[in-house]
Amino acid sequence: MCGAPDQAAALPPGTDLSKETVLAGRVVAGGEPVGGAFVRLLDGTGEFTAEVVASASGDFRFFAAPGTWTLRALSRAGNGQSVVTAGGPGLHTTELAVA
Amino acid sequence: MSRQDVLVTADWAEKNLGTEGVVFVEVDEDTTAYDGGHIPGAVKINWTDELQDPVRRDIVNKEQFEQLLSAKGIGNDDLVILYGGNNNWFAAYAYWEFKLYGHAGVKLLDGGRKKWELDGRTLTTDEVSRPATSYTAIDPDLSIRAFRDEVLDAIGAKNLVDVRSPDEFSGKISAPAHLPQEQAQRKGHIPTAINVPWSKAANEDGTFKSDDELSELYGEAGLDGSRSTIAYCRIGERSSHTWLVLRELLGHSDVKNYDGSWTEYGSLVGVPIEVGTGAGR
Repeated sequence: MCGAPDQAAALPPGTDLSKETVLAGRVVAGGEPVGGAFVRLLDGTGEFTAEVVASASGDFRFFAAPGTWTLRALSRAGNGQSVVTAGGPGLHTTELAVA
Repeated sequence: MSRQDVLVTADWAEKNLGTEGVVFVEVDEDTTAYDGGHIPGAVKINWTDELQDPVRRDIVNKEQFEQLLSAKGIGNDDLVILYGGNNNWFAAYAYWEFKLYGHAGVKLLDGGRKKWELDGRTLTTDEVSRPATSYTAIDPDLSIRAFRDEVLDAIGAKNLVDVRSPDEFSGKISAPAHLPQEQAQRKGHIPTAINVPWSKAANEDGTFKSDDELSELYGEAGLDGSRSTIAYCRIGERSSHTWLVLRELLGHSDVKNYDGSWTEYGSLVGVPIEVGTGAGR
């Protein structure tokens, strides 16, 4: 379905990290988690790919593909972005600071 | 149609929260967002099981739509303001369905839940109950809904606008990147379709781009303004967003939403499919 799945930190059962490229992380402001931020996944050309809402604990994740991605967060606490390079399948985590 | 006939701003909405005859409706696929906090006075509609038939693959019929709106306490004369998450995808789908069944006063909150939240405007968990009405719908206006045979006939004859992401269009993936991959039997797109992802019509905060920006976007993508247009995506909600842009904001005269979209087309036996970046560009 087209809604964002639960953005809890745990991966869904059956996620095969030898095949899936998962970008996951936490939105933070001054080291504290920011819940409910809108996290946008932009591809290597800056083009919008997907958007999720971070959980109450600031966690988010995307099922993507190997490559270079920009993660951009919009929140009441401010906005921020971070570039992530996923060299291959697996879990790639990042801390996304907003200010 | 002009922008003021189709959209309301968050400022307008905030000033009209208690206005008699104005009903706010949150539309989501997953209504836990509503339950965690909604615009004061707003009722919720669940896209999955209230706007679609629970058994057959179809939108609700006229009688089901009448029952739904009656139960939600929405009258024929009410001005309905729709909003939701996911950049208003499901609210735009609801807008299309409200138009299909002839509701006169319906508008979309520009920016939806996202802008409302980013602005720090009030959300409440208060329960909302509205007295039931006796709603009357018209027979569906099929001038805004396309079916599969019409889509096949449109190949090379009408504008086909595929609003999915480039990777879905080219056949690399079958669903948006943040979702489990599922659905149609084949990947790719309808031959001659142009690919204009829905997201290009929206700003970062979920509001629609200006009319000038939108005209330029579809013009550059090769949309022929003298032809009729059919928009599609995977399950018909992102294409409602683009349908709303083309017909309601830009005023194109014959624009239909193909709600069967790729999950139907990509499962049909014997139809032509194109993969790669397409000939539409």
